[in-house]
Amino acid sequence: MNKIVVENLTLQYSDGAESLRNISMDIREQAITVLFGPAGGGKSSLLRCINRLNDLTSVRALRGRILLDGENILDPKTDVIALRRKVGMVFARPVTLPLSIRGNLIYGLQVMGEKRKSKLDEAVERSLKQAALWDEVNDRLDDPAIALSGGQQQRLCLARSLALEPEVILLDEPTSGLDPISTGKVEASLQELKKNYTIVLVPHSVQQAARTADFAAFFLQGELVEYSEGKEIFTTPKEKRTEDYVTGRFG
Amino acid sequence: MKLTLNRNLTQRLGFGLITTMALLTVLPIIGVVIYILAQGGPAISWEFLSAFPHDGMRQGGILPAIVGTFYLTLGTAAFSVPLGVAAAIYLSEYAAENMATRLIRLAIINLAGIPSVVYGLFGLGLFVLFLKFGTSILSASLTLSIMTLPVIISTSEEALRAVPESFRTVSISLGATRWQTIRRIILREALPGIITGVILGLERAAGETAPILFTGAAFFLPRLPGSPLDATMALPYHLFVISTQVPEMPFQIQYGTALVLIAFVLGMNLIATVVRSRARAKRQW
Amino acid sequence: MEKELTWHEFLITRLIKASGYSAILFVALIFYFLLREGLPALAEVKLGDLFAAVRWYPIENYFGLLPLISGSLIVTVGAALIAVPFGIATAVFIAEISPRWARDILKPLVELLGGLPSVVLGFLGILVLSPYLRILLNIPTGLTALAGSILLGGIAIPTIVSVAEDALDSVPRSYREGAWALGATRWQTIWRVTLPAARSGVLTAIMLGLGRAIGETMAVMMVTGNAPVMATGLGALFSPVRTMTATIAAEMGEVSNGSVHYHVLFLIGITLFLISLIVNVTASAVVFQQKKRSERVLS
Repeated sequence: MNKIVVENLTLQYSDGAESLRNISMDIREQAITVLFGPAGGGKSSLLRCINRLNDLTSVRALRGRILLDGENILDPKTDVIALRRKVGMVFARPVTLPLSIRGNLIYGLQVMGEKRKSKLDEAVERSLKQAALWDEVNDRLDDPAIALSGGQQQRLCLARSLALEPEVILLDEPTSGLDPISTGKVEASLQELKKNYTIVLVPHSVQQAARTADFAAFFLQGELVEYSEGKEIFTTPKEKRTEDYVTGRFG
Repeated sequence: MKLTLNRNLTQRLGFGLITTMALLTVLPIIGVVIYILAQGGPAISWEFLSAFPHDGMRQGGILPAIVGTFYLTLGTAAFSVPLGVAAAIYLSEYAAENMATRLIRLAIINLAGIPSVVYGLFGLGLFVLFLKFGTSILSASLTLSIMTLPVIISTSEEALRAVPESFRTVSISLGATRWQTIRRIILREALPGIITGVILGLERAAGETAPILFTGAAFFLPRLPGSPLDATMALPYHLFVISTQVPEMPFQIQYGTALVLIAFVLGMNLIATVVRSRARAKRQW
Repeated sequence: MEKELTWHEFLITRLIKASGYSAILFVALIFYFLLREGLPALAEVKLGDLFAAVRWYPIENYFGLLPLISGSLIVTVGAALIAVPFGIATAVFIAEISPRWARDILKPLVELLGGLPSVVLGFLGILVLSPYLRILLNIPTGLTALAGSILLGGIAIPTIVSVAEDALDSVPRSYREGAWALGATRWQTIWRVTLPAARSGVLTAIMLGLGRAIGETMAVMMVTGNAPVMATGLGALFSPVRTMTATIAAEMGEVSNGSVHYHVLFLIGITLFLISLIVNVTASAVVFQQKKRSERVLS
């Protein structure tokens, strides 16, 4: 089942850079879809369209549709706040809010108006367990989040999105600053999470893409060059450009 | 060889000249403070700080002036802080970089440059006469508030802008609205910087004489002001009056008054500096 | 873009936006009221009697503004002659010559001077400076333009020092290092490379400092002697004068609302407002230009 359908999406920023050129693709639910390719390919831009974070930047032109569960989320009448709770995002560098660990986790619920302590505590425990962080921090939830290590902070950011019980999780190079062990933990969490969530991941290396992808899309300079199911795109790509990138001839 | 000697000599002389000029600029400042401390120190006593002036100000204390300055500072804060911080929030968080915003910034620069006596005239024309508030704490506070607005707006805006953009992005991505983001995260993190700016602005307002000359200051009042519509004595005006209008004014009282005024102003400066450095230490970013 | 603002958030956002625009409102309001009370003067007093007459004696209806303008001018020029060299020198000293530890003492000290209420400086001017000048220069009274210039210099210096020092500090290190690499001494570097590079910031500093001096009221009122006579030539530094600002402050209290005298004082206020407008807009335009240029250069 397709959770998200992108139809003819074109995006142009105010400074003229064309970021996405007529992209059409499906994103399957309960799977990890990987968007990979060299820098400037439009992968982050696509992610930020899906949770309407691009509303914050100066966009000159945005055409096309993105259907989430059949509804076009690019429609101006969309409830963007509700969308952002449904579609969580983890950024490249862990950005912890200047709050405690617990404060970070319940922030999204608090802005929704949730005040019941039971609900908040339940969300804290659930999300930390889903991000495989519960064992490490459950005894110091009131410590400032900034005191955690880089890897822990990033898993906290993942938990923070999970606390809102989203349906889709977008991850933009989530492990780019992390050591291999932390990276492994995050990738393992994603494998667990995909059973219940739709995951779209921009990896920071082709190897990570190959490790994690259920579906993979190769982006080059705003164009969707190739899309495949499974790992075939990494072993037997159909397009020459894909093959050149995957084998390391450029990038 | 000779060339090098010449250049080195020039440098020595040049540095010497600059250093001398800098010292000539800075040493008098220390001298001034020490002098006032020495001359005015003996006048400071509990009676001085808590009693009314007698005998045409030549004896007694300066309590009404101290209280008056306190009221004026409070009044100024009441108007300028909410307005100034809100304007800063607008400029930092909402305003796009267009013509209208440039106009606002230009207006702020202008407000900052208007001579204090012109503010006094404006206060007289608008608050005292047109709005019929009369010579009162209200008129004077409103006048001082508009004068203090530019300082509060620019320091607050700087404090807000210093908060990392990533906080805003994360907050929005978690489903918060812009105002929620401001209230819960941005404002809290910018607060120390804002407080510092507010204190510095109020410190300046507390020391001003010209704006309150025609809008609120009184030569002598036998009682402390009872309402915002009363006129009031104030430290800077009091100092002005006793040093220019009262014949045979004892020097010690004059210096004592100057000392209290300086202490008030510098005390606020000290508080602002302490707030600033403690906040910097506690920052989580 | 963000839908569904609650009414409460909607209200707050509206208030914030209104606060932002309030600055424009206030400038307009100030200008309006000054005009309202000051323009009638132009109808009540002949233009020539205002701007070309040399007698300011309101009691007998002499409203010649020239003595006041010249008073402001000479005091400001005198202040500039003091503040600019000493201010720039101090800025150069702090930014380029002094060791780190000295900087941490000097900057707060200069800020201290900037924080002193002008009435305190005026007070010291009366009690300390002008007797000293009287004795030193052997003149009838120390309450002169010179005393005013010295105090105004002291008031302008902190502004000049902090803005100029910032400007010097932000000259990229690479400029200095380039000069040293070519064999220049530190002294030569300062004068031929660093200062010219910080030129517009230094200019801004001077303009802002002098702008503050022109608008100063209390200190000058207390020490310049308050004699509204024409200041001719630099010799006038040693005799009493009256500035525009002091005139307003001294006479507004005794004036009846709506009288010609009242209107003329407001007219002086308009003049001061316009002068400060020009100085500040020019200064900020210079800063704006410099920022744009440096952004282009460094990117």
